[in-house]
Amino acid sequence: MGESHSLEERFQAYVDAENKIEPKDWMPERYRKTLIRQISQHAHSEVVGMLPESNWITRAPSLRSKLILLAKVQDEAGHGLYLYSAAETLGADRKDMIDDLHTGKAKYSSIFNYPTISWADMGAIGWLVDGAAIANQVMLCRTSYGPYSRAMVRICKEESFHQRQGYEIMMRLAKGTPEQIAMAQDALNRWWWPSIMMFGPRDEDSPNSAQSMKWKIKRKSNDELRQEFIDKTVPQAEFLGLTIPDPDLKWNEETGHYDFGEINWDEFYQVIKGNGPCNKQRLDDRRNAHEAGEWVREAANAYAEKEAQRRKEGNAA
Amino acid sequence: MENANLYDYTLRLGDTALILGQRLSEWCGHGPVLEQDIALTNIALDQIGQARQFLQYAAELKGDGADEDTLAYHRDAHEFRNLLLVEQPNGHWGDTLARQFIFDTYNYFLFERLMKSKDERIASIAIKAMKEIAYHAQWSAEWIIRLGDGTQESHDKIQQSIDDVWMWSGEMLEADKLDVAMMEAGIAPDLNEIKELWLTKVSEILKIATLEMPEGTGHQRGGKKGVHSEHLGYILAEMQYLPKSYPDATW
Repeated sequence: MGESHSLEERFQAYVDAENKIEPKDWMPERYRKTLIRQISQHAHSEVVGMLPESNWITRAPSLRSKLILLAKVQDEAGHGLYLYSAAETLGADRKDMIDDLHTGKAKYSSIFNYPTISWADMGAIGWLVDGAAIANQVMLCRTSYGPYSRAMVRICKEESFHQRQGYEIMMRLAKGTPEQIAMAQDALNRWWWPSIMMFGPRDEDSPNSAQSMKWKIKRKSNDELRQEFIDKTVPQAEFLGLTIPDPDLKWNEETGHYDFGEINWDEFYQVIKGNGPCNKQRLDDRRNAHEAGEWVREAANAYAEKEAQRRKEGNAA
Repeated sequence: MENANLYDYTLRLGDTALILGQRLSEWCGHGPVLEQDIALTNIALDQIGQARQFLQYAAELKGDGADEDTLAYHRDAHEFRNLLLVEQPNGHWGDTLARQFIFDTYNYFLFERLMKSKDERIASIAIKAMKEIAYHAQWSAEWIIRLGDGTQESHDKIQQSIDDVWMWSGEMLEADKLDVAMMEAGIAPDLNEIKELWLTKVSEILKIATLEMPEGTGHQRGGKKGVHSEHLGYILAEMQYLPKSYPDATW
């Protein structure tokens, strides 16, 4: 009976039975392409995401907080490496992926196009941005592609730690002086909407989602994840004594969820298109680092070749 | 203060670690390749970790309710005791590596001896830090070799970087009154001995890297007594602005 089924049908049955797809398995070309796009964008997000936070390392207000932030940004670089490796198992090349980032062909998470203008932003990013990322990533721990799912398991452990650290910064501010409380509220005001935009367009405006769900790349829809995040985060804001900047936000007894106001989708699509406040700055930073480092990478390659040659000659002698 | 000399000496160790960590952390997110971004950030992290240990100890010696943050954030440039070398700007990758190599090689021999310091606290910090410092010294020496014996461009660049940073190298190798007093107390090592070891190692690595040892004695002095280059004021303005703007806040 199996013989009459197409490769694609067998693949779907395999996925439906909750099996993991591995690099050498057959997979539909669109599955491969979708994953390369998604994993590389995820990797780019980790790398570009270092910039808004590294912006505050030299200005962290205590040595302890400086150390924590430095360790966190270092973890993000490590996550980028895991993810580039996962994408490479699909036949993508890290150099090409990075070129695509630098030419603007590949995207990264829209959230990193917002500026970090106060120390409280380090708290808001950890709490909200990492919180939203975790919601997404916990789902991806069960994604159908094995290498991606295993990368996410490792990443989620560190990510949850980062979120707690972010919330701790918010807590210190929210329990601090009036200036610190104002700083925390201002950061929440600026990061709230961009954070809930991180889940992507509404389900009805997200045409690729259905296929991704069917292949079990995605396990939950954008709107489901967004609702879960809001339900979880509102009580955390209340605990801090801070106000979420959404006059329409209210508990709905019937649904057992929070209702919330309309997202500014114009802003969302502008940022995605490259017209957010920091898109140019972020890409310039990445490109400049890459270009300034070219002679260093060339030197490392030239030295490695010389060493290989010397070893060969040494063996021959 | 009962232990004024020990306090000053501990500050030198803490401030040098802190300012270098601060400088290196400027690289975070801007390295030539992700792996080396991580390596350099990792070294920054180690330096700041060591700075905390020394500054906590200095704060205890000072008494008066000071802590590591009081010392890091509420002293001005003339009260900082770091080496001039570590406050120099990062420049390009080669400039950062030249500074790091010159410093790490010294720091390796220094900490190897500080592990046997008669001051138990300094000895225990040094023992803990030694693993990190051995890694830093290996990493920066390897990069000097890689750049020196890489391409013609990298060779010329790193030679220039070493020549440029050399003038700041003498201060760490020359004992002043405080170093002598600490040496006599069995707390600090003999810097003459470290200077010999440093010269031997640096010339050995430069030779492998096909680079020339610069002439000159690294003549600039001042950091250890609070007379700094123009760079430190900016480093501190950036580093200290929040605690200074909000003196009643805790973070």
